[in-house]
Amino acid sequence: MSLSVRLAHRFGDFALDVSFDAPAGVTALFGRSGSGKTSVVNAVAGLLRPQAGRIVVDDRVLFDSDERIFVPVHHRSLGYVFQEGRLFPHMSVRQNLVYGAPSRDAHSGPEFDRVVATLGIENLLQRRPGALSGGEKQRVAIGRALLARPRLLLMDEPLAALDDHRKAEILPYLERLRAESDIPILYVSHTMAEVARLATTLVLMEAGRVVRAGPAAEILSDPDSVPALGLRTAGASLHAVVAAQEEDGLTRLEASCGVLLLPRIEAAVGARISVRILAQDVILSRTRPEGLSALNILPAVVTAVRLGDGPGAIIQLRAGEDVLLARVTRRSALALELEVGVDCFAILKSVAVAQSEVGVAG
Amino acid sequence: MAMADWLSPDQWSAVALSLKVSLWATVLSLPFGVAVAYVLARYQFWGKQVLNGVVHLPLILPPVVTGYLLLLTFGRRGAVGSFLDEAFGLVFAFRWTGAALAAAVMAFPLMVRAIRLAIEAVDPKLEQAAATLGATRVRVFATVTLPLILPGVVAGAILAFAKAMGEFGATITFVSNIPGQTQTLPLAIYSFLQVPGGDSQAAQLVLIAVVIALAALFLSEWVGRAVARRISGS
Repeated sequence: MSLSVRLAHRFGDFALDVSFDAPAGVTALFGRSGSGKTSVVNAVAGLLRPQAGRIVVDDRVLFDSDERIFVPVHHRSLGYVFQEGRLFPHMSVRQNLVYGAPSRDAHSGPEFDRVVATLGIENLLQRRPGALSGGEKQRVAIGRALLARPRLLLMDEPLAALDDHRKAEILPYLERLRAESDIPILYVSHTMAEVARLATTLVLMEAGRVVRAGPAAEILSDPDSVPALGLRTAGASLHAVVAAQEEDGLTRLEASCGVLLLPRIEAAVGARISVRILAQDVILSRTRPEGLSALNILPAVVTAVRLGDGPGAIIQLRAGEDVLLARVTRRSALALELEVGVDCFAILKSVAVAQSEVGVAG
Repeated sequence: MAMADWLSPDQWSAVALSLKVSLWATVLSLPFGVAVAYVLARYQFWGKQVLNGVVHLPLILPPVVTGYLLLLTFGRRGAVGSFLDEAFGLVFAFRWTGAALAAAVMAFPLMVRAIRLAIEAVDPKLEQAAATLGATRVRVFATVTLPLILPGVVAGAILAFAKAMGEFGATITFVSNIPGQTQTLPLAIYSFLQVPGGDSQAAQLVLIAVVIALAALFLSEWVGRAVARRISGS
């Protein structure tokens, strides 16, 4: 399972020139609006015919400008989940779901039942899209794409039109999808939290170009990619096992670097999760602090320092087997003599971690 | 039965002929109307403005001119008319078929306009979504576009029917005014008004024309609403 995309296209003043390869899993296209993400997905879908390039999914050439190959949209075996759902308003939810289904099994058999149950839309089948909430519409759209038995799943900001509550409702479905199916997924987003939770491969786009592409964990914990990711949203993920649910509303986690206490995480004891720690929520100290309200004090080693052009600096740390990012001022970085190889302590307020940053370990 | 007694044979045949001519004109031009409207609404191509102009020509030309052009083209000696006569035995000149053709041509721009507006109101993104799910262009049209534009198609058809019922100038120029053959309702009203004492018979036909027009209007409202209800599912 792999995806290889190379394409060049001009729209008036805007030039798209993109090249990346991705293995199985979720490939996230991340960038500001207008950076060309949707155009890339549309080219892969066949809704846009690029002026030049080559697109290959699992050794199947969908587009090659040199060999004049252009597989039409309806022969590409896709599932495309659009930002606005695009359900057919004149059909029931059931009719929408089976629109692209190639076989009887997908129409009413176990496959249909499984998808409907996974997405929790059993009770909506007879309704029309007009009578659904935004979150319900998006779940139906995902089900419709899955039942078409796609060889490639395209998702263009599938959660962007939803409020935080609905996002939290759908993200677990997407995580389960990543874990349970071997369909490659191309996922467009401009929300860091979503990308950090879902992506196995990350493609950073800016003004029609790929600025960086590679394994998500690597890019997300690299101080050099922080400017592209956004200072306020940069952060790295810690992997941990749920050890206990404490009586005072906290959840005890065991990570490779020690114990973490975070506000209640709805997961069973023993579950493997990932928690994204924002760089701006981490405080550094050269000595183990005492008499501090923060509950999480993790021993770490500085592995990289990136001084910014402004007053800030990004410090990359190794804490056990995980990587952390901390955003401090240049002044502090110099005063504390934070250099590669220096031992220090990363301090994290428990309440700083938002529920949306907690996901299933992939 | 009562209707047949109340009207003279000439009047009756004019009403029946008009219904027949308008119905055939509407039914046979409908697929073309949908096709042309679809092409105009969804495609950009060289000569699009020419096609648009030709379709709308009958709306802006004097009807007599349209009738005369039809006579030149579809008459016995016309290029198309003589071919159709020899190949299929299909004759338009001075037949009810010619009246239907004239009515169809005159009503065509109105039909295309109504359907085109309906197609332009359908979000092409829905058609794209259907294509990504594996639907061919034909299936996309049959399962997504057509159901969504049905109210517009119905409105266009009824508008065309009403226009066909009232067509006068092109019909009289193309196929003349032959009772029982090409004398439609408007031509009959005109003829009755030309003879002394024909006023009352003309008035009866006027009444019938008003009733048919109103019936068509109510039907279109009712069908349109029923279809819209079915689509929205409420």
